[in-house]
Amino acid sequence: MSNAFAVAVGETAAATLPHLPGAGVAWLDDARRAHLAAFLRDGLPAARNEAWKYTSLRALEQRAFALGDAGAAARAVDAQALVLPGADGPRLVFVNGAFRADLSRLDDLPDGLELQSLAVALAGDAESLREVFGATATDAFDRLNATLAGDGVLLRVAAGARIAAPVHLAYIGAPAVADLAWHARAVIELGEDSELALVEQHGDAGPHAHLGTLVSDIRLQRGARLHWTFLQEAGPGATLIRRSAFRLAADAAVTLHALELGGALVRHAITAVLEADRARFVSRGVFAPAGRQHLETRLDIRHLGRDTASDALWRGVADGRGRGVLHGAITVAAGADGADAQLSNKNLLLSAQAEIDTQPVLEIHADEVKASHGATVGQLDERALFYLRSRGLPLEQARALLTVAFCRAALDGLDNAPLREHLAARLAQHLPRLAGDVEA
Amino acid sequence: MLIIDNLHVRVAGKDILKGLTLSVKAGEVHAVMGPNGAGKSTLGHVLAGRDDYEVTAGTVTYDGANLLALAPEERAAAGVFLAFQYPVEIPGVNNTYFLRAALNAQRKRRGEPELDSMQFLKLVRERLKVMQLSPDLLSRAVNEGFSGGEKKRNEIFQMAVLEPKLAILDETDSGLDIDALKQVADGVNALRAADRAFIVVTHYQRLLDYIVPDFVHVLADGRIVESGDRTLALKLEEHGYAWVAGRQPAASAA
Repeated sequence: MSNAFAVAVGETAAATLPHLPGAGVAWLDDARRAHLAAFLRDGLPAARNEAWKYTSLRALEQRAFALGDAGAAARAVDAQALVLPGADGPRLVFVNGAFRADLSRLDDLPDGLELQSLAVALAGDAESLREVFGATATDAFDRLNATLAGDGVLLRVAAGARIAAPVHLAYIGAPAVADLAWHARAVIELGEDSELALVEQHGDAGPHAHLGTLVSDIRLQRGARLHWTFLQEAGPGATLIRRSAFRLAADAAVTLHALELGGALVRHAITAVLEADRARFVSRGVFAPAGRQHLETRLDIRHLGRDTASDALWRGVADGRGRGVLHGAITVAAGADGADAQLSNKNLLLSAQAEIDTQPVLEIHADEVKASHGATVGQLDERALFYLRSRGLPLEQARALLTVAFCRAALDGLDNAPLREHLAARLAQHLPRLAGDVEA
Repeated sequence: MLIIDNLHVRVAGKDILKGLTLSVKAGEVHAVMGPNGAGKSTLGHVLAGRDDYEVTAGTVTYDGANLLALAPEERAAAGVFLAFQYPVEIPGVNNTYFLRAALNAQRKRRGEPELDSMQFLKLVRERLKVMQLSPDLLSRAVNEGFSGGEKKRNEIFQMAVLEPKLAILDETDSGLDIDALKQVADGVNALRAADRAFIVVTHYQRLLDYIVPDFVHVLADGRIVESGDRTLALKLEEHGYAWVAGRQPAASAA
């Protein structure tokens, strides 16, 4: 490994491992060392790696990050920035990847909800996490995360429990002495016929250029229902690499809504395995890169059971020199008869230098499958723009109004009305900034 | 209020208006009639500020200033309103929200205080009495799924809320049945005022039975070729546009 990134990992990781939560548990130590060795052997994905075709890591490769933030507990975070309309339930806050009890809200958890910092859980009952932590990781960032993640979320919902008030998970980047890398992991398990609403927020508390990785493993037992909202407003210098891996048993259903606004280089890989009959996975989202932002979302949806359904509806809006990527892979395995798979991705380019790559990939090995996909890239409707301006709306306001309207289809299905309107408002607020970036 | 002098306009490389001259004073209602392709809709759009319409010669003076130098939203704030022949459907934008944003943007530009939602709602209720429009249309997306008549009534309703000084109605009667036509005309007549002028662009005399104009102009091949009082519209109805075809442009169309 000759690049600065891998050299820094090699120099710091070995010394860090004995101090990570869960260190000393033999199988965990072994797994972490194996992941580290694999990372150091293969490094970051090369340019020719098909999965990284649209996202170059060459600049990242030249950067050496400190590992973790020893001062995370003392970083100033505006508690007001953690308040989200429609999310007044329990809250777990991480600053530079480290759990912050003082900012979290874990009193009076509803019956049937187990929610704690993963570091605490690993120190207590590591064995129950063996399946997740012992799993193989194939991607370089997964390996890095599996090696170094010591904190994060452990969330379990008991069979039959309904957690109505959304659980709020906040990941905040805060300025530190140097740019650092943090690695967090979320383990989320929904018991049979349980229901959970979840909000994942990414924000920042001042200028920084940290790298964060977050791997979330989500398991839904039979008949469980999960409503997950992502609000990604990481700081303008942040690099954020996430994987959210869902596994759904029979009759389980996931509905997720994502708003990707922040960060410099952001990638979110969403994998969903519909393991058994009638499992259902709905994803809706908006990504809006501006300036020189690079925002990639990757969907990898696998239909294994019969009569399973997936429905993906995404909107992209790129301005300035922003680059958006949506890779949507849907696989219907042999025997997964009766599957229904829909994928729609419409995109808007607001400037001549902006770019959006949309790549639907459907692979179907079963019979009696309903599948459709559509992807478009276009500009704002000039007639509509003129109509709005002729009524008195300034050009920028008219553009923002039409752009938000274009994206609404991806947000309108969110049942939590205060949260839905908050997302729409955040998007609208993001847009004038986009317009400003065009001139820059 | 409005002085159009020798206006030449090119659209998509084709000359459409070829020396149009027209003068409109506050309080007046001018009807502009003409056959298809004469340039009627171009006139409305160029006054409202469509930037893909190229003015190759001539001037438009509005309240003493060069109207052509203003952006569409500046013209709107200055009191120019175009009721579109084909109102645009805008999915995802709420009709009421849009109208309030438009009114407040105009007021802000004019240095007037913006209306809060209560004040705006009161205004909307008042104006709804003038223009019979089903209140549920207000909560829908702008023009989306509206019938032809509903779209036209929505245009007049917007006009009633925005209270322009110069309103241009571009074939507002097209596609309307007689009941809808009367409703639209009632809405317009309720807004007639000493400080407000109308340019009513139409193909048919029928609308002018309900909106009685002070002046009628015939537009043919990009110019005003005949001007007169409302009896001119009746003559046109009787003789058809062939009657004016081939006539020289009126020496000084007023």
